[in-house]
Amino acid sequence: MRAKYVLAEVVTGLWRNVTMTIAMMITMAVSLTMLGASLLMYMQVKSLQDFFYGKVEVSIFLKLDVTDDQRAALKSDLERDPLVQQPVIYESRETAMKRFKEQFKDAPDLVNATKPDSLPESYRVKLKDPNQFNEVASRYNGKEGISEIIDQRKLLGKIFGIFNSVQNVALIVAIVQGLAALLLVANMIQIAAFSKRREVAVMKLVGASNWFIQAPFVLEAVFAGLVGAILAFAALWLSKHLFLDGSLKALQNVFPPIPESNVLLMLPVLAGIGAAINAITGWITLRFYVRV
Amino acid sequence: MIQLEHVTKTYPKASRPSLDDVSVAIDKGDFVFFIGPSGSGKSTIIKLLLHEITPNSGKVYVNERDVTTMRSWKIPTFRRSIGCVFQDFRLLPNRTAYENVAFALEVIGKSKGVARRVVPEVLELVGLGGKEHRYPHELSGGEQQRVAVARAFVNRPLILLADEPTGNLDPDTSVEIMRLLDRINRTGTTVVMVTHDSNIVNQMRRRVVEIESGRIVRDQARGVYG
Repeated sequence: MRAKYVLAEVVTGLWRNVTMTIAMMITMAVSLTMLGASLLMYMQVKSLQDFFYGKVEVSIFLKLDVTDDQRAALKSDLERDPLVQQPVIYESRETAMKRFKEQFKDAPDLVNATKPDSLPESYRVKLKDPNQFNEVASRYNGKEGISEIIDQRKLLGKIFGIFNSVQNVALIVAIVQGLAALLLVANMIQIAAFSKRREVAVMKLVGASNWFIQAPFVLEAVFAGLVGAILAFAALWLSKHLFLDGSLKALQNVFPPIPESNVLLMLPVLAGIGAAINAITGWITLRFYVRV
Repeated sequence: MIQLEHVTKTYPKASRPSLDDVSVAIDKGDFVFFIGPSGSGKSTIIKLLLHEITPNSGKVYVNERDVTTMRSWKIPTFRRSIGCVFQDFRLLPNRTAYENVAFALEVIGKSKGVARRVVPEVLELVGLGGKEHRYPHELSGGEQQRVAVARAFVNRPLILLADEPTGNLDPDTSVEIMRLLDRINRTGTTVVMVTHDSNIVNQMRRRVVEIESGRIVRDQARGVYG
């Protein structure tokens, strides 16, 4: 009977101030969507890093006028280097050109304008520990016949930097919207407490327990948080299926797609966060502000 | 039953204490009037007994329990042993007489079945049989106060506190409410009533405690308003 009473109070409470409730749910939904997007991006960047860093190489480009001796000496140095993972791959100008033509087959003008001479030959090596690039680079820098040593990780680093800042922006939006949502929760509870002040006064007078008085208010907030979380999940799921797997499908050749399981994971995560934060805010409002 | 020992209460920002070193003891089954002019501190006693406020010094015992040191989570259960009636009735306007009384039971966890059995009984006791389904605005002032008394008494409290219960009622209606409180007192319930209605006090001839400027100036069995 008590549960029934509390639930009935929650329903009337939400309905009493329905515009406010909707505003709260929408704000909550936007905040949680951003939070979810940010979390997904975080997980995605993690897996992208593992994916790409496993493949990245250090390219040692040779000078155009490199001699056969220099080339052979460098090869044996690299093969004996304890920091370098074997085998060492040699790419001649012809293979470099072939790869270039393959890569840019959609831009024939560029391919035609590029002479085989402009693509240098190179050694491509993987490092046993990709973080030791600087040591490897300093060991070979200045050796005869080498024009440039490039760490592909640095290039990837820039891309990941962009991901990171997008993720940060999403997180900041989530926090700002989250704050707005919290203020709305506090406001919703104050209004609810005001419109039920007579009931609350009588309940206190006849000795209703504190949780019994407070539960409907807190549950109202929790319910709104859960609805916000469900809306946020729907937004994330739709953006994956409509945009990432739909109009942006081409990108999936470059980046692995966001796994469905990660998106599904967002439902309990966001619901938990939304419900918990609203419950705590609601309780604090009641305890210290409204003093129900 | 109720005991105040050297109780002093000064509200923040007040220049003088509302209660100044007040000691009074009330036995089980007593009927006591607290009288005095407005602002004399008589309503402060009700608030102390309900633990709405705590004294600056002194002790308050209700039902042999020290109210002053009571933990806040114990207050709800403690209040279930006290019924309370006010000048302004404090009924819920969107509920009928029956629902107002049943509400007091439901919110302390009693089942609807208990309410169905007990509420008509207590409404009959206060003389509202047949008017269970009227809303407060459909009842006269005296009838509304009867609903309030029913709500305060439905849980069979040991103590009934009444803060100017006749303050909004005409003399005849006031007499009826007093008869009702007297009947409740005869069931063994201790009644503490704060009032400045001299007619009532003179008619009832019960114990009178007079307060002036926060001090007890008279404590008389079978007293008059004076």
